[in-house]
Amino acid sequence: MSKSKKHYGARTIIFIICVLLAIISILPFVIMLVNATRSTPQIQAHAVSLIPSHYLSKNMKILLGKSFKPSVGFMNSMIVSVAATALSTYFSTLTAYALVVYDWKLRDAFFRFILAVMMIPAQITTIGFYQMVYRIHMTNKLIMLILPAIAAPSMVFFMRQYMKPALSLEIVQSARIDGAKEFYIFNHIALPIMKPAIATQAIFTFVSSWNNLFTPLVLLTKQNKFTLPIMISLLRGDIYKTEYGAVYLGLSLTALPLIVIYLALSRYIVAGVALGSVKG
Amino acid sequence: MKKKKRVGYAKYGYLFSLPFVIAFAVFSLYPTLYTAFIGFTDLKGIGKTTFHFLWHDPFLNFRTILTSPTFLIALKNTLVMWILNFIPQLALALLLAAWFTNRRFKIPGEGAFKVLFYMPNIITAATVAILFNALFGYPMGPVNDLLTRFGILSEPYNFLVKKNVARGIVIFIQTWMWYGYTMIILISGVLGISPDIFDAAEVDGANGWQTFWRVTLPNIRTILLFTLVTSLIGGLNMFDIPKLFLLGGPDNATLTTNVFIYNQAFSGGYLYNRAAAASMIMFVLIILSSAVLFYLLRDKDEEKLRRIEKAEAKKERRAKKEGAR
Repeated sequence: MSKSKKHYGARTIIFIICVLLAIISILPFVIMLVNATRSTPQIQAHAVSLIPSHYLSKNMKILLGKSFKPSVGFMNSMIVSVAATALSTYFSTLTAYALVVYDWKLRDAFFRFILAVMMIPAQITTIGFYQMVYRIHMTNKLIMLILPAIAAPSMVFFMRQYMKPALSLEIVQSARIDGAKEFYIFNHIALPIMKPAIATQAIFTFVSSWNNLFTPLVLLTKQNKFTLPIMISLLRGDIYKTEYGAVYLGLSLTALPLIVIYLALSRYIVAGVALGSVKG
Repeated sequence: MKKKKRVGYAKYGYLFSLPFVIAFAVFSLYPTLYTAFIGFTDLKGIGKTTFHFLWHDPFLNFRTILTSPTFLIALKNTLVMWILNFIPQLALALLLAAWFTNRRFKIPGEGAFKVLFYMPNIITAATVAILFNALFGYPMGPVNDLLTRFGILSEPYNFLVKKNVARGIVIFIQTWMWYGYTMIILISGVLGISPDIFDAAEVDGANGWQTFWRVTLPNIRTILLFTLVTSLIGGLNMFDIPKLFLLGGPDNATLTTNVFIYNQAFSGGYLYNRAAAASMIMFVLIILSSAVLFYLLRDKDEEKLRRIEKAEAKKERRAKKEGAR
């Protein structure tokens, strides 16, 4: 009896702490969204309010009247993120397939190589990458942000770990007996089996590509090629210095799609984070 | 017969990994080597691609960087901001992981909490940086509004011009963005521990505290190592938040090495050579520190494992004895 009472007390304290943490985690976004609907004088009088106002369209007019073009950033980010996600999930699975299904001389050496380079961060090589791209006159081309996604060592590793127990070599063998070509077997048998792993990896590749600032900032100098994170950085500029409502609205426009998608897929995303750590 | 077949299929192994190999060579390996090479040249100036190897003094750029007060400040800031964000982040994540996996009490709304704690991590860091810049605005930003309204401050405080306060806010943002992620990773680690071990601890009469330190922690060592190494690499590459929150200021207080490298190469003198040298220094630093961490934690891990195995063997013997009795 006393023991369960003690647990009840501990549970209540833990619950209260969790509620406080949850408030800290979302309050900045709540303030952002509410202030997007308030006028600059209202924000200056009281910067925190939980009651939305009716200046949304006015803020929108101020916001879009200047250099901030969320739709351009949105489109460019969408092109880069969708293409990078498609390429990196497809080719990582293909590479993993080569590692799991076939027995080739350099296989183990190749796998050890992937393990070794997995942790190398891309930012470290940016200067050489920029010089290379500049020399072939490909700065301001979105394709230079997309193609590198073909080689994603950590995703190859994840896919291999997932494929090893999931794909039985007997299925591959029987498909061969039925006369299927190797490439056909990969596309029609291995890929469907890998769907859960691909979905998980696709979400995270998409998000990290969508949020990436460093490489696009280095490569893209033309406004009509800006991805969303670079577009966001314009909100820090002097032209929006006194337009608080418009700045909050700009930030909301960039964050809201992510928040909505995240809340809709949250169960899979949280499960995916956990899966990635166990397999990786 | 069978062996012959294998040889026949081996070519597909090469063929299917070829796209990866080509893309890696072009977009990773070559830029890495090229960056290293540029570090030994005089390549600078906007739009320049021609350069000379520094035959008379190949390590000039590296020496310049290593003796540059700004780089050393950036390196110190990066390390300080990483360490001071990692400690509370890990402590909080461990605490939450212990609570959420405790078998004695189930926290109501656990799933919703996980979702909310992880949310800051999914939002674009650029948005977060500028949002916090607005939140801590002076004189009437939301934080000042709250603090003066509740009487905690008598008048608005200009957070963003004080060096330590600005650094503290960057540390807070990093912790705030990452504790949910670390928590989910640690929870999955704890859930991966065999329930038998917890049963055994319970039978032995261990309380929650003892179970956490003696059973949970040693068993998630690999995951802790994973968290530590990935966080360290991420921390040494900190860019988005310090770059957009206060542009590395005030007075270089939030300047990180990556912001330094960016500023060297893409503003002012366009000193690609020095930026490349700084990149390579960071590259070596990252490899060295990860190697050290792996080495330190792996050895202890094996030691612990042996100790646990011994203890378990002892327990088994005891159990057998008791069974015989």
